[in-house]
Amino acid sequence: MYRVAGILSPLLAGACVLSLLIGLYLGLVVAPADYEQGDSYRIIFIHVPAAWMSMFVYMVMAISSAVFLIWRLKIADVVAVASAPIGAAFTAVALLTGSFWGKPMWGTWWIWDARLTSELVLLFLYLGYIALRGAMETQQGAARAAAILAVVGVVNIPIIHFSVEWWNTLHQPASITKFDKPSMHISMLRPLLIMVFAFQTLYFFNLMVRVRTLILEREARSSWVAALAGERTNG
Amino acid sequence: MSDSSHPPRTDISLSRVFWRVYRRDLTLAMRSVGQWLNTLFFFVIVVSLFPLGIGPGPQTLATIAPGIIWVSALLSMMLSLDSLFAHDFNDGTLEQLVISGQPLSVIVIAKVLAHWSTGGLPLVLLSPLLALVMQMPSSAYGVLVISLAIGTLSLSFIGAIGAALIVSVNQGGVLLSLLVLPLTVPVLIFGSGAVSSSSMGLPISTQISVLAAVLALAVSLAPLAIAAALRVGVSVGR
Repeated sequence: MYRVAGILSPLLAGACVLSLLIGLYLGLVVAPADYEQGDSYRIIFIHVPAAWMSMFVYMVMAISSAVFLIWRLKIADVVAVASAPIGAAFTAVALLTGSFWGKPMWGTWWIWDARLTSELVLLFLYLGYIALRGAMETQQGAARAAAILAVVGVVNIPIIHFSVEWWNTLHQPASITKFDKPSMHISMLRPLLIMVFAFQTLYFFNLMVRVRTLILEREARSSWVAALAGERTNG
Repeated sequence: MSDSSHPPRTDISLSRVFWRVYRRDLTLAMRSVGQWLNTLFFFVIVVSLFPLGIGPGPQTLATIAPGIIWVSALLSMMLSLDSLFAHDFNDGTLEQLVISGQPLSVIVIAKVLAHWSTGGLPLVLLSPLLALVMQMPSSAYGVLVISLAIGTLSLSFIGAIGAALIVSVNQGGVLLSLLVLPLTVPVLIFGSGAVSSSSMGLPISTQISVLAAVLALAVSLAPLAIAAALRVGVSVGR
């Protein structure tokens, strides 16, 4: 796995940089301004991929946690640990860019909209996971406890999302808050999809780097790591 | 031929296991009255702080009362959850329960119900009094009690997952809230939503149904997670 990650990470980094460049160029330069929102809609090319990734990463984390709980695969736990801070970062980016977008569009930095609220709760779930991880002293216990938490969280996410949506429609009409997309023009959709791909590769690149570090850290006493370290210092 | 690794006696019926654990926890709670009275006082104090902070206008209070009572109940539950498994963990009882050969999830259900009987039920019973001082219309008292009864029971189950996860952590109180509070969002929304609707004279059957559904889910799934988390805690030790 260490070797695989080592081979994959430069490839992923390359793909990420390339698609980021293409996506940003198409999104910021080529795509036309929106007839309603002008140029400020362009933050969509960061905001939407980040928001999608925040959920995708949580799913990865939860699935690998479940795999770890069931089959006790150490590498699944490594993937889950490595994903948590990345996912939290994507969530934070989605929230931040969302509020930058909200200011010109809705006239406010923050609205207790259903999506915003559930994204915020998602951020809390990530933080709880990281905090639990940090609080447990033994590696083994922390891994299993955090895995249980991740699985519990994933059962709860749809319920939270549904209830927040319901709560919101009760309190305020959706008309002001929902950014109603007309079916998107291809010139905007293409860069968006490229950016989604870029964010995906960005995540997997970060994941590979973190996984490699974590493996080295955990296996610091094993002979192959010692051999590797010897190779580096001598050669 | 007997061997030393023979599992302990498992021929008692499940209902007896359940009742014994339940009565034991209840007895323990009754002998330390201060413990659950503190929770109750905390609930009352938090609620009565709001008029002091916001101002005594009856109109304002009546509008925000359902939310305040609900949030205060939620916080009080968090406070008492901290010690749900901690004592048993410290004196080794928990370990004995885990290796007793009885299904741990049944034991867990009994413990959670005992916790609710001392940490949740008193809040429910006291809530009409607080509703009164918060100027809520008397027509909403019934709904407040019902929604709190269903909701606090769900909170006990959801919160017990967190309490079980942090059982081997020193000073886990704040961590407990960080883990559990996001998971309690649905209960809070529908609980206070039901009370608000009923004080405005709107139908409440949807909210109550959803609350009951959350409770059904919590009762059926949470014990598995709690049991798994307790096993981790016991195997790690402190």
